[in-house]
Amino acid sequence: MSERPVAGDKGFEPRIVAFFCNWCTYTAADLAGTARMAYAPNVRIIRLMCSGRLDPQFVLAAFRHGADGVLIGGCHPGDCHYQEGNYKALRRYLLLKRLLREMGIEEERLRLVWISASEGDRVQKVANEFTETIRRLGPLRLAPRPGMIRLPAAAQPEPQPAAREGVLP
Amino acid sequence: MSKPKVAFYWCASCGGCEEAVVDLAEEILQVVEAVEIAFWPVALDFKREDVERLADGELVATFINGAIRTSEQAEMAHLLRAKSQILIAFGSCSHTGGVPGLANLYDREEILRYVYEEAPSVINPQRVRPEERIEVDEGMLTLPSFWGAVQTLDQTVEVDYYLPGCPPPVGLIRSALQALLSGNLPPKGSVLAPDVALCAECPRKPTKPERLALKELKRPHQVLIDPETCLLAQGLLCLGPATRSGCGAACITGNMPCTGCLGPTSRVLDGGAKALSAVASILDATGEAEIERILEGIPDPVGLFYRYSLPASLLYRRVGNGERAREGRSS
Repeated sequence: MSERPVAGDKGFEPRIVAFFCNWCTYTAADLAGTARMAYAPNVRIIRLMCSGRLDPQFVLAAFRHGADGVLIGGCHPGDCHYQEGNYKALRRYLLLKRLLREMGIEEERLRLVWISASEGDRVQKVANEFTETIRRLGPLRLAPRPGMIRLPAAAQPEPQPAAREGVLP
Repeated sequence: MSKPKVAFYWCASCGGCEEAVVDLAEEILQVVEAVEIAFWPVALDFKREDVERLADGELVATFINGAIRTSEQAEMAHLLRAKSQILIAFGSCSHTGGVPGLANLYDREEILRYVYEEAPSVINPQRVRPEERIEVDEGMLTLPSFWGAVQTLDQTVEVDYYLPGCPPPVGLIRSALQALLSGNLPPKGSVLAPDVALCAECPRKPTKPERLALKELKRPHQVLIDPETCLLAQGLLCLGPATRSGCGAACITGNMPCTGCLGPTSRVLDGGAKALSAVASILDATGEAEIERILEGIPDPVGLFYRYSLPASLLYRRVGNGERAREGRSS
């Protein structure tokens, strides 16, 4: 990770993980695809059934494993397929931002957007905008975490976190 | 036949874990009867040479408390690992980093500057700081090096078991010792505590409402706490739902909210994030401004959610400490 280029470098391509809800934002991303609206390929989308499923651990794990930015997409307020999952996501997001701030991570690296199933153009716009924001901020430079020397008897040795760092499969 | 040998050692810790061993009270006599204490520098006069003289694996079990911050602590951890068949991380600091782990919010330079120059109680006009090596008339003096960050015991050496808690509850120590002496041990890597959330054994559980909805977060010094009602229902941030049980709800019985010292259950990757998730989900607000107003009740999220576990967390330490040190402390 330390060899990654810095902000503004031509060589820096932001790695962005996007968690989109099945009913609105993911469907909108699908629509953007079928309508051939090109947007930044930096965004890797993971579909969740609801933005309320977004465990803050997912966000921190994404950052730990090399994401420079994390995007969360859910239904507009009042439109959640599960009534209130998006409100839960909003509360977790706002608290998580406070935590990130205290941990020295720029708040702009985490963004929550409401995009309904018909707003394919908005997926395109947000993905492009967010990629540019992260490009401007540069790579996230998390301090490497010492490898956990923990091997439960039954389990096969996993790759150590230190070795995995900054490398997305 | 000689008695099995055990050792106790401390690293970056406060001494509370040693106190917890003494809290076994008269039962400690049975322990001493069953084992030979080969090394316990806090309580008995032993030196490092006494450990070095032992054969590899000669110690049946070693209990290490405290986080790892200096080269000396790491050396001792490696030495004791080599000499021990079973190594047990004893207490929150060696398990997940503990309170000393919150130092990962600052870098080495910030800490040294504050402690040796800026602290109100310090007068040090020459800005003298401890050096790792210094030549004096009598020869070369050395000190262990102070690392850039705090790490857990299992980030330093391989650990067989964890006894969680700040300090570990006596009941857990007792059952761990019994398991050890009887040889009836769980799979390697286990945390020697029940694998359910504290709410399961909380005496206030019957008063926990079906659905918690908090419009305001309160801190213990701001309110008179009802001694029977679920603390979350009273608006106090109790981390019981995101913390392993095994302490008999000691703090809650003392009318204080759980602060999470036993760490999360085995299914959780990052205890702080999980606790954050739990707290955010029970707030009773849907508008951004209202949510922000309630969140003002959490002035220090890292201190609340990672009080005992910053080094074991996914983020591990603050990003860009060096830059902040140059700018001066902002918030």
